[in-house]
Amino acid sequence: MSNSPLLEAQALVKNFGGLTAVANVSVHFDQNELIGLIGPNGAGKTTLFNLLTGETPVSSGTISFYTDHGVQPLNGKQPAQIAKIGISRTFQNIRLFKELSVLDNVRIAMTNHYHEGFLTSILRLPKYYQTEAAMTKAAQELLAIFDLTAVADLPAKSLPYGIQRRLEIVRALATKPKLLFLDEPAAGMNPEETADLTRLIRKIQREFHITIVLIEHDMSLVMNVVERLYVLEHGALLATGTPQEIQKNPAVIKAYLGGE
Amino acid sequence: MQTFGQQLINGLSLGSIYALLALGYTMVYGIIKLINFAHGDIYMLGAFWGYYSINYFHFNFILALLSAMLVCAVIGVVIEYFAYRPLRHSARITALITAIGVSFLLENGMSYLVGANARSFPQAIQVVTYHWLGLRISNVQILILGTACLLMVLLEVIIKKTKMGKAMRAVSVDPEAAQLVGINLNHTISFTFALGSAMAGAAGVLIGLYYNSIDPLMGMTPGIKAFVAAVIGGIGSVPGASVGGFIIGILETAVQAVGLSAYKDAVVYFVLIVILLVLPAGIFGKNVKEKV
Amino acid sequence: MKANLKSNLAWLGVMVLGFVVIDACEFAGLINTFIENMLVTIGINVILAVGLNLIIGFAGQFSLGHAGFMAIGAYATGIMTQTMATPAGFYLSMVVGMVIAVIAAVIVGIPTLRLRGDYLAIATMGAAEIIRILINNLKITNGAAGLFNIPALASWVTVYVLMCLTTIVTVNFIHSRGGRAVMAVREDEIAAGAMGINTTRWKLAAFIFGAATAAIGGSLHAAYIQTIAPGDFNIMASIAILIIVVLGGVGSVTGTFVAALVLGALDTILQNFGTVRMIIYSLALILIMIFKPAGLLGSWEFSFKRLFNRKVKGVAEHE
Repeated sequence: MSNSPLLEAQALVKNFGGLTAVANVSVHFDQNELIGLIGPNGAGKTTLFNLLTGETPVSSGTISFYTDHGVQPLNGKQPAQIAKIGISRTFQNIRLFKELSVLDNVRIAMTNHYHEGFLTSILRLPKYYQTEAAMTKAAQELLAIFDLTAVADLPAKSLPYGIQRRLEIVRALATKPKLLFLDEPAAGMNPEETADLTRLIRKIQREFHITIVLIEHDMSLVMNVVERLYVLEHGALLATGTPQEIQKNPAVIKAYLGGE
Repeated sequence: MQTFGQQLINGLSLGSIYALLALGYTMVYGIIKLINFAHGDIYMLGAFWGYYSINYFHFNFILALLSAMLVCAVIGVVIEYFAYRPLRHSARITALITAIGVSFLLENGMSYLVGANARSFPQAIQVVTYHWLGLRISNVQILILGTACLLMVLLEVIIKKTKMGKAMRAVSVDPEAAQLVGINLNHTISFTFALGSAMAGAAGVLIGLYYNSIDPLMGMTPGIKAFVAAVIGGIGSVPGASVGGFIIGILETAVQAVGLSAYKDAVVYFVLIVILLVLPAGIFGKNVKEKV
Repeated sequence: MKANLKSNLAWLGVMVLGFVVIDACEFAGLINTFIENMLVTIGINVILAVGLNLIIGFAGQFSLGHAGFMAIGAYATGIMTQTMATPAGFYLSMVVGMVIAVIAAVIVGIPTLRLRGDYLAIATMGAAEIIRILINNLKITNGAAGLFNIPALASWVTVYVLMCLTTIVTVNFIHSRGGRAVMAVREDEIAAGAMGINTTRWKLAAFIFGAATAAIGGSLHAAYIQTIAPGDFNIMASIAILIIVVLGGVGSVTGTFVAALVLGALDTILQNFGTVRMIIYSLALILIMIFKPAGLLGSWEFSFKRLFNRKVKGVAEHE
């Protein structure tokens, strides 16, 4: 069942001037999968995320996304268009809308799911109050699932670090993605927070039925939750397989322990 | 061809004034990211210092130029100390409004003190016009071009070769890291204002000599044009400011020469917009894309 | 829903009260032409500055060309009411001015809104100057001399009502789905894009909105002052509007009102000081910025809804 494909990237290349950040990488993510993307610093993991989310244009290669309405090419699309098609993400250095409330952070991510004419907004026609109520209700429900109700009215910048990370994931979920990229969600977290995060990721996959791809350095987290792994090194794909296979892979061990 | 050469000479003379002014904008912007709106008014003060020092202290041209540079350097440092330093950690738009306030203060203060009327600049140098291959070039034009180029080279040497110049470059890249390696932020910023204001002072005296007329509001338009020049060249870049200044000077004279003087400024702004659309950080600027 | 109704009624009350107070003062002869002029200038400045605050404070786009759009509105009214000197002609001219301003905003905005920060500021300033120079050289606008004897089709009442309307419309926009999208762009453009917000579109929306309200301000200016010239809409005019926005607090509509009032009153008081007027004004500006760097009100916003909620909470705690 989990074998129907969701995203397929073929021979992705990204050159920055003379530097090749991503070299001929092909990946595929299936429906409902939980995938890890690991590799040493500078291996090109975030760049790969940026290519797949349209943040950075690819130098060559194709990206296809399987939707209910057939296969869509993602090449050349803007991040906002890709988000609308069903891909969302978090960022390595948290990028919340800092000055805005937690509720607004989530409501903003829902912008595309509600439509309201300009005149409706500025004249506050009855439809305006309906849209506002519906958006607020949906956002509050989502916040409740992730225990953020108590902080809903606080500005995002006032939250503790761990909660900010959680809010960023909730905000990404509010776009109703089919595919969610998490860029180092456990960075800077203590073991307790990481354990919470592990439970959170499992919960999301269970309750939202989406595919999650995460970049992570915390091996306890990665090996614990993911079903399949991609290992990048120097921009190229080094290995792929289940956590057990990867842990035994000599090339991966060599890359991580140094060239012995 | 002859008119072309003639317009080129005129354009270069005007452009060197813009370039001198643009240098001050670009240095200050490079170091504290402030559009120093009062910079054009420092140039006005330089012109007035030249006027008074020649008329009342009977300074010769060189002495007037050097003393104007010194006086303007001091004024620039004082302005930074009182008006901009308290706002160094505030939003940049706040500092910009303060700079606008300083500009209003200098313009209106001078109008109050010396009157708003234009006055003619003393002829410190007898104008001689040379004819060469059918081109006319005056000794004042040569002087302006020469002085401007000399100052630009001098500035480049200061920035590239001296310890203070190195500190300026360090602060413009990363003020906090610069402080960590022992650079005195306040001194470096003061020095930057001194240098930039000295250039503006020199430009003021030179323009007085060239156009022969000065008034308290004379800094407004050239100030904005010089900032445009700095942006075209790539704000923060010293060679960029010089090139931008010359581009605007030549462009203005060229538009005037083809009989469209009414649209002179519009063409300048149009070129500015086009350049920014093609090169969002100007000709010599580095377009740094935000890292995700 | 009930809280919304209550707060809307409270605002309506404030607007009616303001009108009645000014009207009573007019009736009692407390307002001479000089004071009325001041009030109208404040009202027009509010319209201009609220629109600019939407662009700068809420969308985070540093535009320095507001006077250009104001000029379009002013000249639309100045030219059209020469042949149509009726209230209907005036409002038609206002709409025409808004439409032209919107077209100009699209032409200027689509390419330049890709630029960031000060680069955008300088590009929009340049665009506004191009508009002004065109007006300065056209025959229909009577060139540098400008237009005189524009029919007096706007009274203080017109200005007051339109000030209220544009503010309501702007505030309503800010508190809607679109307003939040615009603020997301200000907070973090990359994150906004990743959340599906079409950043170009919403930036442009705020820019167009601001341009349209600036045209309204221009129309009123032309019809009340009755004389306009290209010089009225130069860079310094754009800066004057910017000063109101920053002085009040970037991102605070309440602040914009306070700053427009304070500056309007200051200007009127300083009239008696003759030549030192501008010196005092510039010193005041510098000192306010140094001691109140976030503007008079920061990003604080007055809200009846919050006031009522607090009262309800306060009562509940007492019980």
